[in-house]
Amino acid sequence: MADTGLLEALLRLLEKVDGGIDSQDVAADLGVDHQLIVGAVKSLQALGEVISAEQKSSKRWELTGEGREIAEQGSHEARVFNAIPDEGLPQNELMKMPSGKVGFSKAMSNKWIRLDKAHEGGPRVFKTVETIEDTVRDKLQLVQKGLSAKLEDKEKNELKKRKLLSEVTVKSYWITKGSSFSTTITKQETELTPEMIASGSWKEKKFKPYNFEAMGVAADCGHLHPLMKVRTQFRQIFLEMGFTEMPTNNFIESSFWNFDSLFQPQQHPARDQHDTFFISDPALAHEFPQDYLERVKQVHSEGGYGSQGYKYDWKIEEAQKNLLRTHTTAVSARMLYKLAQQKFTPVKYFSIDRVFRNETLDATHLAEFHQIEGVVADYGLTLGNLMGILHQFFTKLGLKKWVEVGNSGVFRPEMLLPMGLPEGVSVIAWGLSLERPTMIKYGINNIRELVGHKVNLQMVYDSPICRLDS
Amino acid sequence: MYLNNKMLFSIHILADEEFDELCFEFGLELDEITSEKEILIREQGGEKAEGASDVVLYKIDVPANRYDLLCLEGLVRGLQVFKEKLEAPRYKRVSPADGGEPQRLVITEETASVRPHAVAAVLRNITFTQERYESFIELQEKLHQNICRKRTLVAIGTHDLDTISGPFTYTAKPPGEIRFKPLSQSREYTAAELMSLYKTDSHLRHYLHIIENEPLYPIIYDSNGIVLSMPPIINGDHSKISLNTKNIFIECTATDLTKAKITLDMVVTMFSVYCDEPFTVEEAEVVYPDGRLSVYPELAYRTETLSGDFINKRVGINESAESIAQLLTRMCLRSEVSGEGDLIQVEIPPTRADVIHACDIMEDAAIAYGFNNIVRSTPRTYTVANQLPVNKLTELLRQDLTAAGFTEALTFALCSEEDIADKLRKNITETRAVHISNPKTADFQVARTSLLPGLLKTIAANRKMPLPLKLFEISDVVLKDETKDSTFFPGRCAEIFSCGKSIGHLGVLHPDVISRFELTMPCSAIDIDIEPFL
Repeated sequence: MADTGLLEALLRLLEKVDGGIDSQDVAADLGVDHQLIVGAVKSLQALGEVISAEQKSSKRWELTGEGREIAEQGSHEARVFNAIPDEGLPQNELMKMPSGKVGFSKAMSNKWIRLDKAHEGGPRVFKTVETIEDTVRDKLQLVQKGLSAKLEDKEKNELKKRKLLSEVTVKSYWITKGSSFSTTITKQETELTPEMIASGSWKEKKFKPYNFEAMGVAADCGHLHPLMKVRTQFRQIFLEMGFTEMPTNNFIESSFWNFDSLFQPQQHPARDQHDTFFISDPALAHEFPQDYLERVKQVHSEGGYGSQGYKYDWKIEEAQKNLLRTHTTAVSARMLYKLAQQKFTPVKYFSIDRVFRNETLDATHLAEFHQIEGVVADYGLTLGNLMGILHQFFTKLGLKKWVEVGNSGVFRPEMLLPMGLPEGVSVIAWGLSLERPTMIKYGINNIRELVGHKVNLQMVYDSPICRLDS
Repeated sequence: MYLNNKMLFSIHILADEEFDELCFEFGLELDEITSEKEILIREQGGEKAEGASDVVLYKIDVPANRYDLLCLEGLVRGLQVFKEKLEAPRYKRVSPADGGEPQRLVITEETASVRPHAVAAVLRNITFTQERYESFIELQEKLHQNICRKRTLVAIGTHDLDTISGPFTYTAKPPGEIRFKPLSQSREYTAAELMSLYKTDSHLRHYLHIIENEPLYPIIYDSNGIVLSMPPIINGDHSKISLNTKNIFIECTATDLTKAKITLDMVVTMFSVYCDEPFTVEEAEVVYPDGRLSVYPELAYRTETLSGDFINKRVGINESAESIAQLLTRMCLRSEVSGEGDLIQVEIPPTRADVIHACDIMEDAAIAYGFNNIVRSTPRTYTVANQLPVNKLTELLRQDLTAAGFTEALTFALCSEEDIADKLRKNITETRAVHISNPKTADFQVARTSLLPGLLKTIAANRKMPLPLKLFEISDVVLKDETKDSTFFPGRCAEIFSCGKSIGHLGVLHPDVISRFELTMPCSAIDIDIEPFL
C-alpha cells in the first residue's frame, strides 16, 4: 500500500482538475519517480471507485548517455571550434582531442572551420567564423527540459540517428475522478476483530471487499483413500444385511484351500504359473485336516457324492504348493469347512480383501486387487434366492448395472459334501472387484491412478465422500 | 467362436436381436457382431482388410467346458434341439461293414514313460466340402487349446485311412531313429532335425517342449512303416486328409486317458454327421502293452435318475415332471418321466461330458426354463452380523488418524527385495520375508514385511506436493518371523511397549533409508502391530 501522504497528494491534484491528469505529469508536479505514482494509482484502485485510471502508452524523447554529455559540454563540433585559437591548430593535434575526429568532420560540413592543407608545418585548421551557435546542444537541452515538442520530427529523427536521442515508450495512466472520489483516504479493514465487536467501532469502519479470484489457503487436514472409502460403504451394506465378516488376514494360502477344496481340478489353466503367484519360500504347506483331504482326493479322482469326478490322478504335491491367494473364496471354503465341523446353523458371510493374479497388466488390471465376496448357506436355498439376494445387494448400492461386473453361483456338491455339510444345505455366493466400482464412481480410467505408491496424493486429498446410493 | 449367418437360416433366425436373445436363452453370450473385414481392420489396419469378406459374423462366448459347442456343427445342432426343430441325434459305434476286422492300434511299453495312452476311431464314407474340412481342422485346434491343455494332455491325429494300412503301432523311439516326411514339407527329416526346424515355426514351437528332452519320442507307424504322426507335434504328409478323403482314421495320444476319450468322442460326434450313415462311428481296437484290449470310441450314454422335486427345490420353480423332462430334452439331455412318482430318467449323451452331477442337470433345466422367468425371492436366513475384530479396530483407527491430519495411502503388498531389505538397512535374510517363485519383474519378488517402504515410495512419487506430507496405512504385512530394527537413526528411535509386550518401533529414519527412497527431508515414522489390541 503506497504512502498515504502520496495518495492524498495525488487526490488533491486530481481534485483541482476538471477532466483528468496524466500520471507522468503528477510525477513531475510532485517531484517523485513515475513508478511511485503507478504504485499509488494501483493502491487507490484497490480502494474501490475513488479514482478511475486508464492505462495509456506514450512515447517520449530522451537523451542518450552521449546526448547528455553533449547537452552538458557542447557538441563535438562546437568543442572542436572552441579549441581552435586565432592562429589555427595543426590538424594532427586536433585529431588527438577527444571530440576531434567526430567534431572535425561536422564542423567542416557546418563551414565553421577550414583546412589549409598546404600550410607550412603541416595541415592546419582555422576558424572561418567568429562565433557559432551550437544548435545541437540547444536542441538537446530543449528535450532535456521536456520541451521536445518544440522540435520538428525531422530534427528529432536526425538526432536519433546520431544516437543522441532515443524514443522511449512510457506507460502511464490517465487518472480521472471516480464515483466515490474524495481527497481523504479511509483505511479499509480486512477482518472483523473482537475489539471492533466489543467497542462497536465496526459501525464506522469500511471493510475491504473479498477478492473472489484469489485461491484460498487449503485447510490442513487428513484424508481417507477413495478405494477404502468405497470399501467402508460395501462393508456397511453387508453388515446391514446381516453378513458376518470372514477372517481374511492371510495373503498366503495353500493350493489345497485355494483350488482343490473348491473342486478345481489340478490340471486347470488357472493353476498355471501364468495366472498364479507361487511361493518359493516357504514353498509347501503341510498342515491339512487329513480325513477331509482324503475325501477331496477321492471326489477329484474317482467321484462320489453323486458325482463322476474328474477321473485323473490327484497329487498331494500339487495341493501342498503355497501361493498368493487368487480369490477370497479360499477363505469362504475354510469357513464352510469349519461350519461343517459343528452342528450346522445357517450363515451369511462376507469379505472384502486383497487377492493376487499373475496376469497381463493393463490400464484396468494390476497384479493385486480387492475382491468383494458374499456367501449364504442355508437349507433349501434356490437359484431364485440367489437372484433375490443379488437384487437386494445391488439395490442397496443403487446401481443395477453393476451386476455385469461380478460373478455369482451355487457351490457344487463335490465341494460341500466332502466338507461334511448336510445334504439339504445349499450355499450361494457372489463377488465383484472393489476397484471397478470405485473407478466408475470417482471417474478414474487407469487403475494405477487409484492403487499403489504412484498415485497422485492430490487425488486422495480431493476425493469426495463416497455415497454409493446416489 | 465365430458363426456366420448362413448357418442361422437352418434355425430360422432372421434378425440380430433374435439371435442375441436366442444365445442368451441358451446360456451363451453374444459378444460381438462383426465381419472378417472388420476384424482385419481392427487387428492389422485398413490396407490388410482389402477384399476381405463382409459377411456378418457373430462372435459367441462359449463356456470352457462345453466342448460340444466349439464348432459350428455342434452349436447349430444344440440350438436346433433347443428350439425343438430337431431331435438330438443318437450316436452309435458300429462294427465294420461286411463283417471286416476293426482297425487296430497297438501300444508298446516304450510309450509308458512319455505318453502312455491312446484311443482311436474311424469315420467311414465321409464327404467333405471346403467348409466342412476347415471346420474339422478348427475343432481339433480348439480342443487342443482347451480340454487337451495345449496338447500336453491329449493330441489328435487324423489320417486318410485309404493311404495307410493297419494294424497301427504306437511306440516311442530315440529321436535319431525317427525319419519321415512331415505335413507340408517336401523331404524327409529325422525327429531331431524337426525339433530344430520347428523352433522358428510360430505355431508348432510352443509344443516342442512337451517331448523335446525326452529320450524317446512318441511315433505312430502303419504296418508298412509309414509314419502317421509324431505326437504331439506333427502328422506325416503321407496320410494327410484332403477334400476327397472318404475314410478317416483318428488317433488321440495322451497323458490323461479320460480326456483322450472325451476328445475322441467330441471329434466323432461332431463330424459323423457327414458320413453316409450319419452319426455312426466305426469302432477301432486299442491294445495295451499288457495285452488289455479296449474298443473305442466309447460314446457312452449314461442315465441319472432324479426327481422333479429336486429340480424344483433347487431352482425355485414349480414345474411338473413332464415339463421338466421336456426342458431337459431341449438341452440335449433326453429325459422321460419314469412313471414312479415324479422321477425323471435323464440320459446324458457323450457330447455332454460336462455333466458330472445332478446339479449340472438342474442347471440345464434352469437355463431351459429361463433365468428371467425364475421368481426372485429373498432368503429367509436370519443372522446377526459380526465384524472381524481387527477390521473393526482398523476402521476406528482410520477415522482418528485422519482427524489427526494424516492422509491414507494404499500401497502394494508385493515389492522388491531391495525395498524391504537394502533400502531399510536390513539384510534380506534377517527379514524372513516370503519369496515369490515366479515374479515377472523385481516388483513382485517378495511380500511386504512392513508398510514403511510403500509409504516412503508414495512420498517419493509425490515430491512436488506441498509439505508437510503426513501419510498412514493400516493393512496386512506378511511375516515368517519377527525381527529387530536397524532402520532408524541411532539414538533417535524407541521400541514401543504395551502391557509389557513390544508392539513396534518409532523414530527418526536413518539418513541412508531416506536417501535410498530418493527422499531429501528428515522423516519420522511409527510402525505398530495392532493385533495385540484385539
